[in-house]
Amino acid sequence: MKKKEQALILEQTMLAKDIYSIWFQTDMASEVVPGQFICVYPNNDSTLLPRPISVCEVDAANQKLRIVYRIAGAGTREFAAYNTGDYLWILGPLGNGFPLEEASGKRAMLIGGGIGIPPMVETAKQLTGETIVVAGYRDELFLDRELSANGSFYAATDSGAHGTKGTVMDAIANNHLQADIIFACGPMPMLVAIKEYAAKHQIKAYLSLEERMACGVGACLGCVCKTKEVDHHSHVHNARICTEGPVFEATEVEI
Amino acid sequence: MNTKVTIAGVTFQNPIMTASGTFGSGMEYDEFVDLNQLGAVITKGVANVPWVGNPTPRVAETYGGMLNAIGLQNPGMEVFIQRDLEFLKQYDTKVIVNVCGKTVEEYLEVVERLSDEAVDMLEINVSCPNVKEGAIAFGQKADCLYDITSQIKKISKKPIIMKLSPNVTDITEMAKAAEAAGSDALSLINTLTGMKIDIHKRAFALGNKTGGLSGPAIKPIAVCMVYQVANAVKIPIIGMGGIANGEDAVEFLLAGATAVCVGAMNFVNPYATIETKKGLEEYMVRYGIEDVNELIGAVK
Repeated sequence: MKKKEQALILEQTMLAKDIYSIWFQTDMASEVVPGQFICVYPNNDSTLLPRPISVCEVDAANQKLRIVYRIAGAGTREFAAYNTGDYLWILGPLGNGFPLEEASGKRAMLIGGGIGIPPMVETAKQLTGETIVVAGYRDELFLDRELSANGSFYAATDSGAHGTKGTVMDAIANNHLQADIIFACGPMPMLVAIKEYAAKHQIKAYLSLEERMACGVGACLGCVCKTKEVDHHSHVHNARICTEGPVFEATEVEI
Repeated sequence: MNTKVTIAGVTFQNPIMTASGTFGSGMEYDEFVDLNQLGAVITKGVANVPWVGNPTPRVAETYGGMLNAIGLQNPGMEVFIQRDLEFLKQYDTKVIVNVCGKTVEEYLEVVERLSDEAVDMLEINVSCPNVKEGAIAFGQKADCLYDITSQIKKISKKPIIMKLSPNVTDITEMAKAAEAAGSDALSLINTLTGMKIDIHKRAFALGNKTGGLSGPAIKPIAVCMVYQVANAVKIPIIGMGGIANGEDAVEFLLAGATAVCVGAMNFVNPYATIETKKGLEEYMVRYGIEDVNELIGAVK
């Protein structure tokens, strides 16, 4: 059940330039599945809208969740200033996660780009079969330790500082990586390339999409994406990313 | 303590309602608030056929508020009647359906179709700034507003509320035109036309370029317009614009509104409607107000 609450911050660390990690206490931890997200609200009344942030890691036994986010503006800059013992206003759990059962008995490739990398940590942790993780960064790596611990890890960096110089698609080609199913989250050009790649190789791909949103619960109709078929809720070719998504089968969405 | 208010013969258990477009038909907020506690649910706008709405991004944050350009995406009246109205029948709250259209005929088609459905009132959206084909034009010219209001009034079996745009030179002229044409009540304000430019991308923040500004940033404008309209017409007013809590609701009542809507703040706080209702009751207790109607237009 969705709820809005204040969650106690247990730890905040900087992972790379502008990339921060927060562990916080919440009983939502027993419900969250990989690929779901929460809305985080700044305290400053001038920044009203929630920041949708995907769940990076779940510690259900200890009722803890982890988010990893990038400072992108005033709201996330406020979050980065929080300390242990402060509280975080959150709404969740939101959306539908990756269908992990689809990967059963298959080689799964998890592809994350930039701030789309964090949800791959819990996804990799919960997958039981062969798991390949391909992560695309600008320059500095983050979450590489967690990802390496739960799959074969390949990095791509814009700068060439680590792994393949170039995109995640370059890393896949250079390392001759192959898989039976793809779970991906990242910037739109990356998702478009993965959709094409998956179609060409006839692999099922699930993409986690992002869009500006206001309510996070399906009421405002702000965060829609174009769909191939008429959506069952909207009755037009639009699905709500916060509610029908954020994870969609690649062939279902027009991106 | 009495919190009941009456508009056009319809009695609401309290004056707290939901602003159209910010609450769906209540389904998405059902797990946060008890819909039975609300004075009314005013639904998202519904047209005769499904509308696809505007390109994304459809929302953008602004200082103390937000811009939206959803473009009245809706599934059309038949789905709405079967799904949304059926859902709302479970609750002991009044239902006000927001009606949109691109031509007079489209408005009339929806009004006629809803005539025998479980609907208490119709709110006519002639003030959406995000739909280019007509809609707002009806709400920005007094003679057009008079014309569409009288045509709807002729066929509607439900009391009607004309929803007014703040994007006009003198909102009282519009209010008087709607009243003269027979509107049973007025609701105001719809959003203010605004724009945001992303300086990093050097592009408009919204796919539609312009959008409607809402949230606490617009509240003083809304209070002022409610006051002006309340002094210009005799029909009841449903006031809205940035209401976040009971104190804000009281302010609108004192300015002359008979009921109020919580809008954009539902997105920020999914419990905002219920908290506003409790806040209003606390205010009444604190100042010994026996009847909420004593507050309506009490500041002259």
